[in-house]
Amino acid sequence: MATEDNMAASKRATSLLDGPPRVINVGLERFADDLAAHGTTVQHVRWVPPAGGDARLADLLSKLGS
Amino acid sequence: MLIIRNEIRKGLYLDSVALMRAARAIAALPGVEEAGMMMGTPANKEILREAGVLDEAGAQAGPGDLVIAVRVRDADAAAAAMTEARRLLDQPRRSEAGDASWQPRTLRGAVEQMPDANLALISVPGDFAVAEARKGLRRGLNVMIFSDNVPLGQEIALKREARDLGLLVMGPDCGTAIIGGVPLAFANSVPRGDVGIVGASGTGIQEVSCLIANGGRGISHAIGTGGRDLTQEVGGITTFAAIDLLDKDPATRHIVLISKPPAREVAKQVLARVGKSAKPFTLCLIGSRPDAALPANVRFAGTLAEAAEAVLGRKLAAYQGALPKPASAAKLIRGLFCGGTLCSEAQMILQRSGLDVVSNVPVPGAERLGAKRNAHMMIDLGDDEFTRGRPHPMIEPATRDAPLAEALADETVGVVVLDVVLGWGSHPDPAGQLVRALGNWAGTGPMIVASVVGTEADPQVRSSQVRKLADAGIILAASNASATEIALQCVR
Amino acid sequence: MEKIETANAEALRRLLSGDPVLVDVVPAGEAIKGLGKHHILHAGPPISWERMCGPLRGAIMGIAVFEGWAKDLKDGAAQAEAGAFRFEPNHHYDAVGPMTGITTLSQPVLVIENRSFGNRAYCAINEGLGKVMRFGGNDAEVLARLAWLRDTLGPALGRAVRETGGIPLKPIIARGLAMGDEMHQRNVACSSLLLRILAPALARTSKDGEVLARCLDFIGKNDQFFLNVAMAMSKALTDPARGIEGSSVVTAMCRNGTDFGIRVSGTGDTWFTAPVEMPVGLYFPGYTAKDANPDMGDSAIVETVGLGAFAMAAAPAVVGFIGAGPASGAAAFTRAMGEITARSNPEWTIPMLDGLGVPTGIDIRRVVETGIVPSINTGIAHREPGVGQVGAGVVKAPMPCFTQALETFAAKLGVVC
Repeated sequence: MATEDNMAASKRATSLLDGPPRVINVGLERFADDLAAHGTTVQHVRWVPPAGGDARLADLLSKLGS
Repeated sequence: MLIIRNEIRKGLYLDSVALMRAARAIAALPGVEEAGMMMGTPANKEILREAGVLDEAGAQAGPGDLVIAVRVRDADAAAAAMTEARRLLDQPRRSEAGDASWQPRTLRGAVEQMPDANLALISVPGDFAVAEARKGLRRGLNVMIFSDNVPLGQEIALKREARDLGLLVMGPDCGTAIIGGVPLAFANSVPRGDVGIVGASGTGIQEVSCLIANGGRGISHAIGTGGRDLTQEVGGITTFAAIDLLDKDPATRHIVLISKPPAREVAKQVLARVGKSAKPFTLCLIGSRPDAALPANVRFAGTLAEAAEAVLGRKLAAYQGALPKPASAAKLIRGLFCGGTLCSEAQMILQRSGLDVVSNVPVPGAERLGAKRNAHMMIDLGDDEFTRGRPHPMIEPATRDAPLAEALADETVGVVVLDVVLGWGSHPDPAGQLVRALGNWAGTGPMIVASVVGTEADPQVRSSQVRKLADAGIILAASNASATEIALQCVR
Repeated sequence: MEKIETANAEALRRLLSGDPVLVDVVPAGEAIKGLGKHHILHAGPPISWERMCGPLRGAIMGIAVFEGWAKDLKDGAAQAEAGAFRFEPNHHYDAVGPMTGITTLSQPVLVIENRSFGNRAYCAINEGLGKVMRFGGNDAEVLARLAWLRDTLGPALGRAVRETGGIPLKPIIARGLAMGDEMHQRNVACSSLLLRILAPALARTSKDGEVLARCLDFIGKNDQFFLNVAMAMSKALTDPARGIEGSSVVTAMCRNGTDFGIRVSGTGDTWFTAPVEMPVGLYFPGYTAKDANPDMGDSAIVETVGLGAFAMAAAPAVVGFIGAGPASGAAAFTRAMGEITARSNPEWTIPMLDGLGVPTGIDIRRVVETGIVPSINTGIAHREPGVGQVGAGVVKAPMPCFTQALETFAAKLGVVC
């Protein structure tokens, strides 16, 4: 929790504040539509639950790492 | 008696693509039993013959000739088929709209499409959110997690990993951020300026950023931290990272921190960190008073409006109009909120004035709904129990219609307090929707006091929304805190 | 998991570093060890006579007559039913075959050697279009053509190929991709490029002008001549990547008209099978989906190395031909396959995608995770034997093959739910 650890965080995260963000949108498509509407660079991902929602296979996949 | 008709187009070459599709279109015409369009090679003519569409003329075609062949009911159908065939062959080819732009199914695929991406905005169901966020971090992306219902343990692990990688995790349950002037998820269009915001609350960030913007100052960045960041367990990882970022950012000259009261130990560390900064801070801990001495560069605000006033250096406009008194029996305030923080703030204000408050999300000192009679009821309509299987009221204001009708028909209710939240992500016309839902209300039953969170630059245009509400007889307050104070005065 | 990533990296290294060369054409019995009498290799995973579809049975009956094991087609069927023949997948003998894919000892086979690893793979010569054994044809005309291949074209090609010292195939693929081929439904460019190399060699090794003319004519008239070369090449490239412990990369995909089968590197030679799906596509005049045979052929081996439907962006014209949408949608197919593969192939690039390489190394983990199964470009056969091709389309590999493979793969690594 020491704040000194966060100095490193600042370096990488600073690039986020340097200009308008370039966004990858995973989930609700309306967010990508809105971002595109006000001219932000955005790539939408048509996300689907892993293994089509099969929890057992999804668990297996997370253990096999991908 | 079916007839076969062939036409030869000499020297016309078209890809089998276009030909097969055109043939299908012809075959679908009335009176056409079968159709074929093929180049006149021996093999193709054999196919046409076997399909029963080849005649003498077609049989004479050479490999470089196009054969249009139909088997039809009568001469009229043949003529129509040939006309359509010619039309299809001669129309200019047009590429499908938008060049069938590829939408990846995975974050990995998206990064390949946009290698210089620097932020992943994640709004998948909570069970999957952290796995997706981790994929983003491992590809060097900062992350904003809109999703809620993320297990606390996962949040902690993720934020620690992000810290080690030097990346920012906004969220989970982060509904609002403004980065580099860009509103993300539910956020407002505000002018760029020198005020930075770090907020654990979406609508809290929204109201403060709008009040500051409408007061003439601008926002550099508004960084969301998620609702649990300042708990003991998470320890403020994102809050501290955000403070560091804004402290270093040359464009930021004043920083506002918005939260509900944090864990004691964390609060101490936040104050210690803030005190090290050369920049002025406004600490908005809704409904609390700080128990430690504040560093010299820190001003304290107990409401969102007070935070904006601290930044602007002046008080917001007070309500000037007359305040009608409700009927003597109608002494209760009913609050129907889209924004959770606005609901909490209202509860705190009423409690501070000694009133009994109940809510579906009670703040310390308030009780659960139904626990008390004759209590003032503050409802957060965006809470899980209301949004399961239904859209959030900010997206679909009609979700508020039924509770509103019930409140207006309740003889014990003297005043209804509402928030109308504009901006990206919100409904295109919340005020219009509200006015329609009110129907014949004007002048009867309880009063309605509303605050409008928004700016002129928002898609809904704040002034036009305000006008619709005012024309309907709704009392407009400058802020949620002000609306609550007005309601208080009305029932006293 | 680190072990898997390391194993997959090795599988990809082997896949991409192959050097496939067409070195010979010889009778299958000479090239393939253990291929003897009454031994009939077929496309797809293992299958018994009872479960075989019409065209496959038709082809078997025909080859039994061709090889002299049956006196006529009826006798061929009776013997097959009685268990007189040994049916095995081409894949079990380093071979592949399109559609019915029948391989027997007398038939001449293309020999491709992967000079990076020394392994070889085999495929019969493409018979051409129309009534052919790969669509279940088995009449006198079909058998006569097979005889001509055995007695004339096969030996002529063998002499010509040997004369060249071997024809490297990777450069032909690279050029073909830039010319609109995807090597499954569209091979006209590669067929032409190969003929340019073969023609002088055929001429130099020919003693009979008329025979030479017939050979050149046969090859020149067949737009799909290169398909069989591409298939054997693909098998020669994937075989060295088989059996790498911990690798989740697919090493084979094939169909027999009833079952679809896949093999995965980390699970060795185990077949994971599920019922084939029906192709979706466009039909030649006179035919509809009702006439279609279920999916068959070893040709999905070309998709396994990143060609065919995976390289659709190189062949936009094919998209419309197989009824898969507008030509401008071709890139989307390749991008989709990119989601389930390990990487792109730097040597086989697609101009339209600014030189992006074909997506290579199907990872069963990604298939199950994304729900995206491999797409395969395919010809559609008539369900009755011998009628021939009735259309072309896209077929999907069945998901159950991949979920089964994933479970077995995980169990082998000691990972359970």
